Amino acid sequence: MASGSAHFRLKQWFHRTGWRSTIIATPYVWLLAFFFLPFLIVLVMSLATQADVSPPFAFGAEWPYVTFDNIARLFEDSLYIRAYLISISNAAITTVICLIIGYPMALCLTRVGKTWRNIFLMLVILPFWTSFLLRVYAWIGLMGTNSWFNKGLTFLYNTLVPSGSTLTSIPMMNSNFAVILVMVYCYLPFMVLPLYANLERLDFTLNEASMDLGSRPWRVFLDITLPLSIPGIIAGGLLVFIPASGEFVIPSLVGDASDPMIGRVIGDEFTAARDWPMASTVAVALLILLVLPTMAYTHFDSKAQAAREPNP
Amino acid sequence: MNRRPVFLITCLCFGFAFFYIPILSIIVFSFNKSRLVSVWGGFSTQWYGKLFENDQIIEAAKLSLSIALVSATIATILGTMAGIALARFKRFRGRTLFSGLVTAPLIMPEIITGISSLMLFILMADWIGWPGERGFTTVTIAHITFSMTYVTTIIHARLSSTDISIEEAALDLGSRPWQVLTDITLPVIAPALLSGWLLAFTISIDDVVITNFTTGPGATTLPILIWSKVKLGVTPDINALATMIILIVGVLVVTAGIIMHRAEARRERDIQMAINANT
Repeated sequence: MASGSAHFRLKQWFHRTGWRSTIIATPYVWLLAFFFLPFLIVLVMSLATQADVSPPFAFGAEWPYVTFDNIARLFEDSLYIRAYLISISNAAITTVICLIIGYPMALCLTRVGKTWRNIFLMLVILPFWTSFLLRVYAWIGLMGTNSWFNKGLTFLYNTLVPSGSTLTSIPMMNSNFAVILVMVYCYLPFMVLPLYANLERLDFTLNEASMDLGSRPWRVFLDITLPLSIPGIIAGGLLVFIPASGEFVIPSLVGDASDPMIGRVIGDEFTAARDWPMASTVAVALLILLVLPTMAYTHFDSKAQAAREPNP
Repeated sequence: MNRRPVFLITCLCFGFAFFYIPILSIIVFSFNKSRLVSVWGGFSTQWYGKLFENDQIIEAAKLSLSIALVSATIATILGTMAGIALARFKRFRGRTLFSGLVTAPLIMPEIITGISSLMLFILMADWIGWPGERGFTTVTIAHITFSMTYVTTIIHARLSSTDISIEEAALDLGSRPWQVLTDITLPVIAPALLSGWLLAFTISIDDVVITNFTTGPGATTLPILIWSKVKLGVTPDINALATMIILIVGVLVVTAGIIMHRAEARRERDIQMAINANT
């Protein structure tokens, strides 16, 4: 009775270690199997070569079995370096624009009455709950050359910028401009909410004291509010920058195919070129170049913050 | 401040215009007669009619809903376990790796999670013969893995801010650990469980990238259907579909917001009354 004894042993194990181990082990095993193992596969796959078999990869027949050709290709082919640079610059520009639009919005939320604050907060969160894809889709419609939005912008351009030639439409789709615009649109709530959470906790009496002592409002802002809100700026900035740098959907739908972001390069290598090893190498490089530094930064920043905070 | 922050309110209005003009544009053009997506050709509800005749869309919506229900429920169970483990069990073997595994999916770019899950499923099919074909099961597994860590973050935060001494007192008074879990810990984290489940549900029903890589030919979810339609070009029936989704989500979120607001107000009033009664 193999199953019976196995059942008995499981019962004995549970009796000995109890519910505590079950609570730890169940999610642990799940994450090991479906997150850690795939991650290891990516790491190992980046050292293989593409092959005409299924699944499309192979390792060397003799020692050292692995190849570093993919990593070399990463530096030789300018496509990859360019894609990384575009990703970093697009993500950085998106973060800065989100900050410029989002900061006054968050500040305004802290300055209005409680009822209005709740309504405004709901209005900030609402687009976040509607489908991400549909928000991208909305802009595809607006940016098209026949849309009212494009026609309006073209009219504005033609009246405001007097030049010999008048434009019939503004080409917006399939460009870095489109990618940044849609990323700002999709990620703005991620900037506003942490900023609001930070600004709301600030001690307003400091501002009042400074005003009473004769500071101009913009001096109060520069000397008090802005320095105190830096943790919120960093939190919001990371929440925008990290997903923006690895974004796949937005560059695939509205981006320039000849000048792609790195997320799209990974997707294209994997599906269109069926080059699993190269896609894995680019993915590992994305993790090392973009994700690890931001992770390390937040780790050390939270430690530094804990050290700065006075002990109660 | 006694002056009204005119500049800030202007900025806020500008921000809301930016948020809502594209959404309003979708809603307006879903009633467009013309086939052209953003050129007005008169009022019509024909696209809504076409939507309800389209079996493909209804099947995709059903599949999305069932994947989201199953994955949110399992993700809440697993995520809560992980949250309890991290907040209440200070020392166990492999804790560092565990806390790393719980935070990593949050910052991993979705495209990498997508291709790595697909490689896992293909290689597993090669090695152990499972999963035979990709579809409901593989998508659900990938969604659970991705969304359970959000649940863990919420539960962990909630447990860290509640007093552990109540649980310790119950243990001292002779409760079994299981009783403590069901009588104290779970009721305390019930609101966090609800918001974790809702977040996992939303993540699952909205996901494109991970689903795109882990699904098979027979299983098309609603976002995948929209994704493939949008890649071919914008069609007016998506406007109608988008309007329906936006309205449903909008009504649900606003209702939930009002209910939570009322509950909060009632709680504050009860606390106030308790304080008044004691003095």
